[in-house]
Amino acid sequence: MYWGVLYGAAIVFAFICIALLLTLVLQSLPAWRHSGAGLFTGSTWDPTNKQYGALPLIAGTLETAAIALLFAVPIGIAVALCVVHLVPARLRVPFSSFVEMLAAVPSVVYGIVGVLFLAPWCQNVFYPWLNSVTHNFVLFSNVTSGDSTLLAGMVLFVMVLPTIMALSRDAIAAVPKDQIEAALSVGATKWQTLYRVVLPNARAGITGAVTLASARALGETIAVSMVIGGAFGISSSLLGQGNTIAATIASSWDDSTTLTKSELVALALVLVTMTAFVNFVGRRLVARSTQGATL
Amino acid sequence: MTTATPPLPLDPVYERRALVQASARQSLGRRTFVSRFMLGVCMFALVLASSILVWIMYLLVSKGLHAWSTAFFTQVPMTPTVSHPNNVGGVSNGIVGAIVIDALAVAMSVPIGVLGGLLLAETDNPFARVVRTTSEVMTGLPSIIFGLFVYEVLIIKYKIGFSGIAGSVALCILMIPVIMKGSEVAFRAVPNSLREAGYSLGMSKGSVARHVVTPSATPGLLTAVLLATSRAVGETAPLLFVIGNTYIVQWNPTKEQISLPLQIYTFFLDGISPATVATLWGNALLLVVVVLFLNMGSRMLSAFLQRERH
Amino acid sequence: MRLRDVTVSFNGRTAVRDVSFDVPENRVTALIGPSGSGKTTLLRSLNRLHDFTRGAKVEGSILLGDTDLYSREIHPTLIRTRVGMVFQRPNPFPTMSVFDNVVSGLRFCGIRKKSVLNEAAESALIAAALWDRVKDRLKMHASSLSGGEQQRLCIARALAVEPEVLLMDEPTSALDPISTKRIEELMGELKSRVSIVIVTHNMQQAARISDLCAFLLMGDDGAGEQIEVAPTEKLFTNPDDPRTLDYIQGRFG
Repeated sequence: MYWGVLYGAAIVFAFICIALLLTLVLQSLPAWRHSGAGLFTGSTWDPTNKQYGALPLIAGTLETAAIALLFAVPIGIAVALCVVHLVPARLRVPFSSFVEMLAAVPSVVYGIVGVLFLAPWCQNVFYPWLNSVTHNFVLFSNVTSGDSTLLAGMVLFVMVLPTIMALSRDAIAAVPKDQIEAALSVGATKWQTLYRVVLPNARAGITGAVTLASARALGETIAVSMVIGGAFGISSSLLGQGNTIAATIASSWDDSTTLTKSELVALALVLVTMTAFVNFVGRRLVARSTQGATL
Repeated sequence: MTTATPPLPLDPVYERRALVQASARQSLGRRTFVSRFMLGVCMFALVLASSILVWIMYLLVSKGLHAWSTAFFTQVPMTPTVSHPNNVGGVSNGIVGAIVIDALAVAMSVPIGVLGGLLLAETDNPFARVVRTTSEVMTGLPSIIFGLFVYEVLIIKYKIGFSGIAGSVALCILMIPVIMKGSEVAFRAVPNSLREAGYSLGMSKGSVARHVVTPSATPGLLTAVLLATSRAVGETAPLLFVIGNTYIVQWNPTKEQISLPLQIYTFFLDGISPATVATLWGNALLLVVVVLFLNMGSRMLSAFLQRERH
Repeated sequence: MRLRDVTVSFNGRTAVRDVSFDVPENRVTALIGPSGSGKTTLLRSLNRLHDFTRGAKVEGSILLGDTDLYSREIHPTLIRTRVGMVFQRPNPFPTMSVFDNVVSGLRFCGIRKKSVLNEAAESALIAAALWDRVKDRLKMHASSLSGGEQQRLCIARALAVEPEVLLMDEPTSALDPISTKRIEELMGELKSRVSIVIVTHNMQQAARISDLCAFLLMGDDGAGEQIEVAPTEKLFTNPDDPRTLDYIQGRFG
């Protein structure tokens, strides 16, 4: 009876997961039949004409995630080093909690801040400056609106920073004091110790942190859809509007045909596979480095 | 223990000693500079990260707080008329909707999550391991897929129509893995000696679980539930396609619903007018306050537990 | 090295007080005494490791040659290349190979020339009696060595920067008897190269390997104090202080 109830609950959960996967796969079948691999190679996304090339969407997904990680990784690791080694002991916990609160803020709120605040600023101040400073370099050309790939990347940056910071902090804190003392005793400066001994020791945990953060960046829907502009072509400029897989699903779902819905589900499946894989790898790395600490 | 004088160290040693000292001295200037510089860079990153958070909080409070009025909490959104151009109403429908949907989601996810967590804590077979891994991976998936799933199953297949309960189901799926993980940790933390005491008194496994283990693990379980709830309250994507919309206060979960986060998103989609901006910020502030409250509550409870154990 | 009235306290609480003795050159000096007598605390003050503990204060003077280790003019990092340390648990850097571990100190100092690094590594590994074991496999990971070998690797790492004094904090307490014996033999050979100060709670070990012994004991106020410092033979056969006699005879542990 006891085990029956427990296993019952677990089986319900397992059933839901399987049903979820199955539903997605079945729903996407019409899409695979219609577009096949063209889904990945085509660069025109035009549902009204039954054209489903998702290359721009995939590119957008990767671009925004890359921008976010490019800044979040070094800053997150640097902050983690600070918190563990430079900040006085009393401030450590309050500060960590403070930054972790950032992680709890709902994505709509980031979206709203992005739309109401950052987008106008980008359009009126930041992008023109960027454009002139880089002399209309192709990546920073085409300043039309605030909504853009770059803005989405910036918003994602704020959203993944706490994840990287928190998990890196755990990994860095797990480096035994022994190691640090050994490095210092052989004549290293503080920075040399941190850079050449602590960080390599924490490598597994930090990689795990980055991996988990990228899973989040790839899958983020709401905030990105609010600031990216929803364009359907590949723009060579980061300042131009773009789109990601998740944002497209969110914005195109209503009032779309069954076939379009099927295509969207196919994309969702692709996204799920990517994030599931990245997530799985990331958690393995984190678990290995901090020996069973919970997330 | 020797009494004889050992031979003098070899010359290469002396030479190397001098070389090391010279090199160390020479590089010292550079090394201390680099050390201070890089540590300064790190501190700068720290300041940057904290400023961003502080700035966001400031934005929310400064722009949202003055939208908090009685009307905000008790009225539904209204269209301003020419005679009352500032009368935009409030978000009471979103608040009620959030309460209805989230409460149902909690009610549905807690049994499965807690019992599943207990299972994971008590067994270790391949099935349990797969469940655990799946659950962990699920916490990192884009939450919109739960909405897609519920859409296909409940709305297309079973045709229950856009409703609050459909949204609850979607949120419930999102919450279960979080609760399972936290429950497993909470149950594992219960010392085995307690269990053994129960068995030796002749209690059955079920009794021990119910009367011994669960009370002891309750604070930890509460932590997990609070954490899951804080996450669910803020989610928009799972609700997008399944709850429909409503502009009235709706306590009936079988009818179309609206929830605070989705309300923000919908306002955004409808176009933001100067009149609605304030409500929007007020809504965002309310959402953040509730989510942070739940999140901090969960953390404080967990920290309190850590201290109790030591 | 000369110690004069060295007192170490943490946040106002004194851990060890008024220690004064001379560390003879090219000899092994043992710090012995029961747990809590402040031996390790004293040892760590000799290479300024307490700099990294908040609230730690070191008073008195510690002179290495003519240099006061705690004077403002000298940078702690430089001191640590002159006073090296080996710890209780072997702690080679796990992400580095054997070679990289040994020369890590040299690299930190800014020495990059391959020839110098190679020579230094060979010399240090020979001195640590590890050369034959690793000479063909210098690139192998430090973690593939046994416990005793890892500790000798740590000794080699400390020796590579050619310190004048080598501090050892119970270096064999985590090792098996055979490894312990090998390292004790090593210390006899290393004397010619460095002066050794070793903390050990094993009296027999102290009697075996040291030339000078300093006996510390925790006083009534919880602070360790120096009871007697004498050549080992004398300390163990005919100590001046009755408390030393009690300790040696095993009256307290």
